[in-house]
Amino acid sequence: MTTRIDTRFAELAKQGRSAFVTFLMAGDPDPATSLEIIKALPKSGADVIEIGMPFTDPMADGPSIQAAGLRALKAGMTLKKTLELVRGFRKDDNATPIVLMGYYNPIYIYGVDKFLVDAKSAGVDGLIIVDLPPEEDDELCLPAMKAGLNFIRLATPTTDDKRLPAVLANTSGFVYYVSITGITGAATADSSAVSEAVARIKRHTKLPVCVGFGIRTPETARDIASHANGAVVGTALVDALKNSLDVEGRATGKTVNAVAELTAALAQGVKGAQQAAE
Amino acid sequence: MNIAKPNSYRSGPDDRGHFGIFGGRFVAETLMPLILDLEKAYTEAKADPAFQTEMNGYLKNYVGRPSPLYFAERLTEHLGGARIYLKREELNHTGSHKVNNVLGQIMLARRMGKKRIIAETGAGQHGVATATLCARFGLECIVYMGAVDVERQQPNVIRMEMLGATVMPVQSGTRTLKDAMNEALRDWVTNVHNTFYCIGTVAGPHPYPTLVRDFQSIIGNETKAQMQEVEGRLPDSLVACIGGGSNAMGLFHPFLDDPSVEIFGVEAAGHGLTQLHAASIAGGRPGVLHGNRTYLLMDADGQIQDAHSISAGLDYPGIGPEHSWLHEVGRVNYLSATDDEALAAFQLLSKLEGIIPALEPAHAIAKVMELAPKRPRDHLMVVNLSGRGDKDVPQVGDILRGKSK
Repeated sequence: MTTRIDTRFAELAKQGRSAFVTFLMAGDPDPATSLEIIKALPKSGADVIEIGMPFTDPMADGPSIQAAGLRALKAGMTLKKTLELVRGFRKDDNATPIVLMGYYNPIYIYGVDKFLVDAKSAGVDGLIIVDLPPEEDDELCLPAMKAGLNFIRLATPTTDDKRLPAVLANTSGFVYYVSITGITGAATADSSAVSEAVARIKRHTKLPVCVGFGIRTPETARDIASHANGAVVGTALVDALKNSLDVEGRATGKTVNAVAELTAALAQGVKGAQQAAE
Repeated sequence: MNIAKPNSYRSGPDDRGHFGIFGGRFVAETLMPLILDLEKAYTEAKADPAFQTEMNGYLKNYVGRPSPLYFAERLTEHLGGARIYLKREELNHTGSHKVNNVLGQIMLARRMGKKRIIAETGAGQHGVATATLCARFGLECIVYMGAVDVERQQPNVIRMEMLGATVMPVQSGTRTLKDAMNEALRDWVTNVHNTFYCIGTVAGPHPYPTLVRDFQSIIGNETKAQMQEVEGRLPDSLVACIGGGSNAMGLFHPFLDDPSVEIFGVEAAGHGLTQLHAASIAGGRPGVLHGNRTYLLMDADGQIQDAHSISAGLDYPGIGPEHSWLHEVGRVNYLSATDDEALAAFQLLSKLEGIIPALEPAHAIAKVMELAPKRPRDHLMVVNLSGRGDKDVPQVGDILRGKSK
């Protein structure tokens, strides 16, 4: 099975550069603006798009992403509408990989089998579910692989060499290395530690390794992209979105551009980096 | 529901931490290595007689165990049915059953070399117990507490601070126990290398539901022996309140395989089951939150709903996974009591027995008021009086004087 994710990373490897992966929350600040923003991302230089599935209790996320989820929920976002958002995006773009990221409960309540069928048909390529470690692979990871969706696993600084094989066993698409122990948006990634960690993970897998958490500027993005196959930016984009809203938290004429401009600047950073040697 | 009856209700969880479909380990990867370490440390501690001996010493001389099993003669006369016994967990040091579990977890933390302890608390009883044992053993203590609870449980906030703990008011979400638990998990993800998360109830990722249950089972084990001594037989029924459900699990667990013992758990029905409440079994369904699968209050999209109870300690949209399982296999009957019923029970017990209960066990007493009169006079009923009401005196005083409600 080759997914859009596999195809995209193969293309980037040919070009000798790393991927710029963006994260935004589905439905933030409202479903219509959210679709416009997502549509603007590839034009601004995003290679892979992660879309957050809003959840009331995002235990591994910082205040920015938590607030984004609550804005989306308040605007009536649901998991069903998140899949509609992806379907809307796919009307114009059949190449950019879409990865849904979030927590398990909304999927569990939607129904795992139904969700996988609907997600695949909407044009979703991969899933990152923060609270499903390999110990719970039966829940969603194995069914997702069968359904032809990549299940992208998080590896962290606490995932040691002994544990890595278990984490990588059923991972596909790419490995998402969380560069800090902590919540999203909390600290800045340390470049040399990241470089070491990516090299360590690459000793265990041929999959691309993308690094996220703690990347906010084009400079850090360039730095990280020189050590990894991709750099993921979430909180900085979510903050740019938030700063463009009016006092009531509603979208303004600046909202889509605010995200697009930062995306373009970060993409320049990533594209300025030479891809890490394989 | 067609669920096979197990040979023993006490054998769970399985090696992956499941009670039927409930339980499990639904946490971020960052925490998994620590959770696996904790499981290993607990397994080793359980097999180490020195651990039990040391713990028994503290339980006796620091906590003040065994707690009495008290025959509530005037309550029994008043209700005119079952003979009602109160298991006096409110007489423990720090004023509730919480200390039993915290002692066990702090001793585990010490074995694991952890110097920084974090906890979440609703009513503050678990926070006070954690702050107390951290003071006793010289450990740093940070307690996350919803900002709403910080307001309504001031006496316990002051106690925690006097004991040297840092109380962190949580402003996110509903600003109650659920959000305090989210914040504690965020802290743990951030400081995983030196921090031990002391969970206050029989919930969270495996092995917490098991180890908290084991540490609290002293309640039921003592009750069994004490009842044997005073009445020469097992009790006929047990009643305990349930938020996460640790005091209830502690009382129930040793009796689960005694089929003659009827068991009742009492959830908080708040303003009523059709309005705002905290009764996860009565008004929820299975879902995944805070590291485990269990009954949760949520909307059709799987978003977690706000819980409400007059009692901050019961104000949680979930319940321990073993309770969810005991409900589905039919071993325990889960009932619920409203805020008003709990308030009435709070006053009745205070006036009849000279014991001011916490609002949490007042929910259990409220159901005793219904159940006991329907039972014969030789029926032996044990209620877990899980905590004392000092912390609730200002709040209940305000309500009774009509200042707020």
